[in-house]
Amino acid sequence: MQTTTETAACPECDSQITFDRSPLNGQVARCGDCGVELEVTNLNPLTLEIAPEVEEDWGE
Amino acid sequence: MRIAMTYTRLRTEERLLLDEFEKLGIEVEAVDLRQQVFDPEDLDFWHGFDIVVDRAVSLTNSLVATRVLESAGIRCVNPLSTLELCSDKLATSVALAGAGVAVPRFRVATTPESGLEAIEQIGYPVVLKPTVGSWGRLVARVNDRDAAEAVLEHRGTLGSPQHSVVYAQEHIDKPGRDLRVFVVGGAPIAAIARYSGHWVTNTARGATTEGIELTHELREIAASAAEVVCGDAVAIDLLECPKRGLLVNEINHSMEFRNSIAVTGVNIPMLVAEHVARVGAGELA
Repeated sequence: MQTTTETAACPECDSQITFDRSPLNGQVARCGDCGVELEVTNLNPLTLEIAPEVEEDWGE
Repeated sequence: MRIAMTYTRLRTEERLLLDEFEKLGIEVEAVDLRQQVFDPEDLDFWHGFDIVVDRAVSLTNSLVATRVLESAGIRCVNPLSTLELCSDKLATSVALAGAGVAVPRFRVATTPESGLEAIEQIGYPVVLKPTVGSWGRLVARVNDRDAAEAVLEHRGTLGSPQHSVVYAQEHIDKPGRDLRVFVVGGAPIAAIARYSGHWVTNTARGATTEGIELTHELREIAASAAEVVCGDAVAIDLLECPKRGLLVNEINHSMEFRNSIAVTGVNIPMLVAEHVARVGAGELA
């Protein structure tokens, strides 16, 4: 896996979210400033959206 | 060797697994199932892998992918049969009970009237659960007939056929915790206790975890349960009944382990990755 630092803006509070390694589509992240859960929805350009609410078929 | 790891959300668990596969020098590709179209007559992409590790947080996605891939002879971890048994609490319960593995008493019914009868056969307090669901969603402890009737009415209002199934389980007066044993390749590898002030001791609901000793008793019941569901990597949830000892409550086929590594000192993703690699290499079935 490629090692790099990438950043994208939190869609909730606009603070910068930093990824130490290349993120993957669907990767979950949490904004360190506002605490919202985010999901990577595009890699080029790196885009974050508010993660979807838990759905009924999610789990272990 | 090439491994595909399927997912729908890439969480800490999936990142840790990817890291462990890479440490083993295995080429691994993370595949987002939400972007896939499966053509059963053209699965060349998937045949390029020695084994597929399912890590979808969505049960629907797991079942769809595993059904298609296994039908084409592609080995999946966990296998479809494990998913089918573990994702449905009724299927889990009847399989375990049929194999002589201790489980809480339960009844199942399909109408509000027979559901109430099922509940009262168990006796109050009783635990009502959707047969399919996780993380403690819609699990209810019911203390009397008034509450039972209310829950059954709410279930009926939800409308889906699945919610019409009344799965009533005896309430175990557990000591403020439940236990979880991680089983990989048939071997119990680590155990934790989950504590909560709430009667639902689920980490998704805020429970805290503590590593505990893998006793002989824990090893035996966890290995037996994993064998019943033919799980490659499963987490066995256990309740400590004051009268009957350890009971298997549920089995998780897509186990979360991020909070269990530090407290147990066991590198769970490494052991899962090593097992998958051995299966993919044909060293294990």
